[in-house]
Amino acid sequence: MNSFSLPFTGLVAPLDRENVDTDAIIPKQFLKSTVRTGYGNHLFDAWRFKDDGELGMPVADRRPNSEFVLNLPRYQNASVLLARKNFGCGSSREHAPWALNQYGFRAVVATSFGDIFRNNALKNGLIVIALPEDKIDALFQAVEASPGYTLTIDLSGQKMVSPDGKNLTFDIDPFRKRCLIDGIDEISLALSFDASIKLYEKQAAALQPWLFQG
Amino acid sequence: MPIPQTLYEKLWASHLVHEEPDGTALIYIDRHLIHEVTSAQPFDSMRDAGRGLWRTFGHLAVAEHNVPTAHRASGIRDELSRRQIEALDINTNEFGIQFFNMNDDRQGIVHVIGPEQGLTLPGASLVCGDSHTSTHGAFAALAFGIGTSEIEMVLATQCLWAKKSKTMLIKIEGELQPGVSAKDLVLYLIGAISIGGATGHALEFSGSTVSALSIEARMTLCNMAIEAGARVGLIGVDSKTLAYVLNRPMSPTGTVLEQAVSYWRTLVSDAGADFDSEIVIDASSVEPQITWGTLPDLVMGVNGCIPCPESFDTRERQDAVRNALDYMGLEAGMTASDIHLDKIFIGSCTNSRIEDLRAAAKVVRGRRVASSIHLAMVVPGSMSVKRQAEEEGLADIFIDAGFEWRDPGCSMCLAMNDDRLSSGERCASTSNRNFEGRQGPGGRTHLVSPAMAAAAAVAGHFVDVRRLTTTP
Repeated sequence: MNSFSLPFTGLVAPLDRENVDTDAIIPKQFLKSTVRTGYGNHLFDAWRFKDDGELGMPVADRRPNSEFVLNLPRYQNASVLLARKNFGCGSSREHAPWALNQYGFRAVVATSFGDIFRNNALKNGLIVIALPEDKIDALFQAVEASPGYTLTIDLSGQKMVSPDGKNLTFDIDPFRKRCLIDGIDEISLALSFDASIKLYEKQAAALQPWLFQG
Repeated sequence: MPIPQTLYEKLWASHLVHEEPDGTALIYIDRHLIHEVTSAQPFDSMRDAGRGLWRTFGHLAVAEHNVPTAHRASGIRDELSRRQIEALDINTNEFGIQFFNMNDDRQGIVHVIGPEQGLTLPGASLVCGDSHTSTHGAFAALAFGIGTSEIEMVLATQCLWAKKSKTMLIKIEGELQPGVSAKDLVLYLIGAISIGGATGHALEFSGSTVSALSIEARMTLCNMAIEAGARVGLIGVDSKTLAYVLNRPMSPTGTVLEQAVSYWRTLVSDAGADFDSEIVIDASSVEPQITWGTLPDLVMGVNGCIPCPESFDTRERQDAVRNALDYMGLEAGMTASDIHLDKIFIGSCTNSRIEDLRAAAKVVRGRRVASSIHLAMVVPGSMSVKRQAEEEGLADIFIDAGFEWRDPGCSMCLAMNDDRLSSGERCASTSNRNFEGRQGPGGRTHLVSPAMAAAAAVAGHFVDVRRLTTTP
């Protein structure tokens, strides 16, 4: 039993922009840290703030861009981000899902995702949900029309429930779903196949010995 | 008759360790390149979990994202950058991984030194915590970028959990016009299929144009597969691949060589192999390309003009174009010569190899960088490229023309060191991403080929390099 086995309800913030790249999610000047934390304050830094930030600068010392959607009062404490197609394209930086998580997002709902970002997100418990364009359009309209719009995300049931009780189902790889809900550590799981890995190495070393000679 | 297989399917099958019922597979990783920006956390996690490396062989680390490209002897001034590189030094030392620090004569950008050292081999699976790892697919290696969690997994298990991608064939036929390069070809392709056009796919480039390209040009093509959304970009093995790979410091020698060569020759898609989708490009019609927006697919031919937002079909795309023009300080209808530059950057894992520098030097030779350009810099991809360029006299050509001749690293491609654009500055860059702020907050990036960047340096604005090819 963990936080993924039960549905959660979160305020939805709309980021109405296609191809939001990982440089926008967390600009490279914040990648110089050697730890996994401290990125939430710099999520969408160039859009959220009018000044140039430095790693670790507290939000209180910054000049916020009051027009950016996450700075609007109605979207404070949002935990579900609604976005358009190809969210998270670009670089492989896992700092992108760390920043989203640490800001307070638990899920991103979009038309599609960059491949590496999707992988990185799911490994960090950030649920990524892809829906067809017409459903995303409808969600943008609903969020715009109703302040306080929430979605209840039920990973076990693979559905989202809107405030008016409508269900939206979504797909997720069974493997990824199981890892999230059962709290499986992917490395430990791989190591449980250690005999298979060793057998593979033996066979592969016969086929391509040069790959195994140090 | 066995079912014809694509190259990707062959590489996938030859690395399969275990498969789950939903198709998620445990695949084996032969080669792992490491740099300072994405590796400190996984080493720490390994220590915390009390885990050791599955094997030490096959990993290679290098300092490159953060390193200064000038005055290296005086060390790294930026404390955070210095600490990141020190951490890599400590971690590789503790875990027994080979590390090229910034003063090593083998140092360079990961995607330049992998092939250069012979770490990148046909038929190998190769990963790195960097999305441009697709570069190594030019050697028919199963190569792709990974995140930090995946780096940890490779260190601990030599494997990754992954799902097979769909396949897309990019068939490129016809002869490239003189002055048009692989960079123009790939920018044109990204413009045609869009930045997300190949998401979920492994690309394979083939056709007469690709066969005619040099290995370095093929690396440029595969490098930017990720800019169309594809994690993997492949090219089948031919005699050029073999000629490049042999006699590298880490490539096989001796008794296994014959076995290796005959295995490598099988690494092509079989005739009649089925791809999930197919795109055909006529190379002869491709002009030198210039990006004008803040996504790599917002690109035009050198003789085109910047389109108006209303010419795009969806509201979201029109918004993106308006944002881009606003950020870039450009207007619809402007042509290449209307775009005046402040800085010129020739470098990055896309275009910093010897042939790139030759192409740029050919344009620059006997000319001067325009007085309106604040900084024009050449950052070779590796120490080896740098030495070769100096031996060939290319460095002198650049220096005589007013370029700065720097030490190898990622440099102004992503501006994690001191090489960056100030807000509002405009750059002709041979790198791979023109996202907002990529080369420095507020900086404006135009992606072009090395020859086009060189021509822009001389003219002060973009020009068609084909009109500059005669020696002055």
